[in-house]
Amino acid sequence: MESNNIFNFLKDFFNFLPPSLSWLNYIISGFILTFAVANVLLITTALFTYMERRVLARFQSRLGPNRVGPFGILQPFADILKLITKEDIRPTAADRFIFFLAPIVLVVPVFLLLAVIPFGKNMYIVNLNIGALFIVAVTTIAALAIFLGGWGSGNRFALLGASRAVAMLISYEVPMILALVGVVMLSGSMSLVDIVEAQRLPFILLQPIGFFVFFLAATAEMNRPPFDLLEAESELVAGFHTEYSGTKFALLYLAEFAEAVVFAGIFATLFFRGWQNPFVPQDWFQFFPSIIWFFLKMIFFLFIFIWIRATLPRLRIDQVMSFAWKVLFPLSLINLILTALLVTIWPEPSTIELWLMVIINLAVGLLCLVLFTRFLEHNRIKPTQSVFLATKQGGQ
Amino acid sequence: MNIRTEPITINLGPQHPSTHGVFRLRVTLDGEVIVDVEPIFGYLHRGTEKLAEERSYTQIVTLTDRMDYVSSMLNNQAYVIAVEKLAGLDVPDRGKFLRVIAGELQRIVSHLVATGFFLQDLGAFGTPLMYCFREREKILELFEMLCGARVTVSYMRPGGVFQDAPDDFWPSFRAILDSLPYFMDEIERLLEENEILLIRTKGIGILTPQSAIDNATSGPVLRASGIPWDLRKSNPYDVYGDLNFDIPIGTNGDSYDRFLVRILEIRESLRILEQCWTLIPSGPVRSKVPYFFRPPVGDCYASIESSKGELGFYLVSDGGISPYRCKVRSPSLINLTPLREMLLGWKIADLMVIFGSLDVNMGEVDR
Repeated sequence: MESNNIFNFLKDFFNFLPPSLSWLNYIISGFILTFAVANVLLITTALFTYMERRVLARFQSRLGPNRVGPFGILQPFADILKLITKEDIRPTAADRFIFFLAPIVLVVPVFLLLAVIPFGKNMYIVNLNIGALFIVAVTTIAALAIFLGGWGSGNRFALLGASRAVAMLISYEVPMILALVGVVMLSGSMSLVDIVEAQRLPFILLQPIGFFVFFLAATAEMNRPPFDLLEAESELVAGFHTEYSGTKFALLYLAEFAEAVVFAGIFATLFFRGWQNPFVPQDWFQFFPSIIWFFLKMIFFLFIFIWIRATLPRLRIDQVMSFAWKVLFPLSLINLILTALLVTIWPEPSTIELWLMVIINLAVGLLCLVLFTRFLEHNRIKPTQSVFLATKQGGQ
Repeated sequence: MNIRTEPITINLGPQHPSTHGVFRLRVTLDGEVIVDVEPIFGYLHRGTEKLAEERSYTQIVTLTDRMDYVSSMLNNQAYVIAVEKLAGLDVPDRGKFLRVIAGELQRIVSHLVATGFFLQDLGAFGTPLMYCFREREKILELFEMLCGARVTVSYMRPGGVFQDAPDDFWPSFRAILDSLPYFMDEIERLLEENEILLIRTKGIGILTPQSAIDNATSGPVLRASGIPWDLRKSNPYDVYGDLNFDIPIGTNGDSYDRFLVRILEIRESLRILEQCWTLIPSGPVRSKVPYFFRPPVGDCYASIESSKGELGFYLVSDGGISPYRCKVRSPSLINLTPLREMLLGWKIADLMVIFGSLDVNMGEVDR
């Protein structure tokens, strides 16, 4: 199965070691691979913070950082340097151990997620046969870490942010997992490598509802607007990381942005054919390195995250919760049932049957859209004209 | 096991991202729900009223700039109208028109800032704020042409204005009159039907007409509750009596109406400016007023419709070169009165929406 991935390539490279030292070979090649991938994530995250600030600035008719290095591209590195040279303040009310633990617990799962994502043809750290389950399990740890940070800080803003985190992240886990199940059913495997290879058509066509639910739930999971309630700046100062400074803050900041990068990769993998080219003829563009496709798709999703952030105001906690349980949860159930039916009818779909599935899925997605807007229309607040010009009754 | 919940008290402010200065709210929360609020202010007290007793009548103009620092022109206007009433000074017509032009431009600036920060408090990260500030910048450049300063203008003097507008002011003024309506269309398209904005502001923080009157609120806060009370109409000063404009009033008195009233007021201000553009006469801009003058013994109260409400100056003269007492009726402070009753029972996320929709300026609250 792992015939020619990078890990085996590295192991072959170190074959000159005597067979009695095969354990050393294993450790060295594993270390090199992990080190390289983790650093790629770090650099990508740094560049993403730069991209976010520049693109956001363009949305807001500003310039953004443009002083450090060419076009300001070294700005994230300057920021990191600034943060790690800062004093590390620990409030007296904080629980020392938990306060220290939270940034680590938040950062590590993000890096763990990267282990199962294939970011190129035969380029992955491990082909885990429960990859999808692994993603779900590991992302849940973030909620725990945020609660540790909020509780351990001994700050009431942080505590409020933390309690919001627990309520929200756990609610959004449910639709996210259910949306993921649809993908797993279609591909017949939980391994992300198999999921990419099973996508003869991008799964966004076969799972439009699933993608919609997964995208929104993951946005909430990443604490990005409009679901950024746990660090709502205008309400809770900075939410759970109010008391963090220096290196610990840098870690929290890193975790937040790295999570966005990794989730962009997960979207690309699950719904946009991963490292394969996004268009239907698979044999074309063979000369094009598969990792470029992956990164292009990732940048596309990162741009969408920034776009949403620049556009939408924040929701209130009760609105966020009712959106999860009243809209996303039923939608993900509908998607689940529909996918189960289609997979039962056509276990081995031909190309025509595949397109038939696309049409059925899009039709049901459209129907859901219409039904849900009708259903929600009762509660919807209409933009009625409530302000008038008092010409006649003017207070002359 | 004895499970119980207890309310927590948090201090929002004096250093908080969305208290618009140094305002402090001691909030008692039951979970996310507000059960008690105690507003505490005074962190920006600079003793403007006391300082005024040591300055000559002309010098006090610079103090008024620093009260509500996003609508300095209107503060100037309120003060000089009070002094003119006290000392019986005449103002040439061109001076009055220039005051109205400067005042209405400042009202637009203030409402743009209010709208931008209101959206910022809602969590729309920066975008509407930056759009509003982009337009504000153009108007501040006009102020720079008028008097050399952008924010602390000190443009008006008892008896008129400091100087006539330079020749290159008028083309730029015309350009703003032409471009700003398009920007208003743009921001209305962006915001007014935004679903999230609607659910966050419609029906949130309702101020009933009776309560608005009982708490002596004024300005957009009062008008959003449906009371058509505008001093420019009811008690015209300068040249407002000759100009045609309408008063936007709301029907629900919620945060959305307060936001929309400000948007419509910008449009009405543009109407006023358009008329000033055609009506402004030529002539002197300031009557002969000496630098030091002694108003007769007595007192007077004069008020104008500032961007936040009724801004009044009460001046007492003992016949000297500086006032014996200078009392400011600041709209921001009095508009804070109904804050507590508006906040109780809402969630903490609504607190910032309601507070932002009141558009108070701490420089004016504490003076």
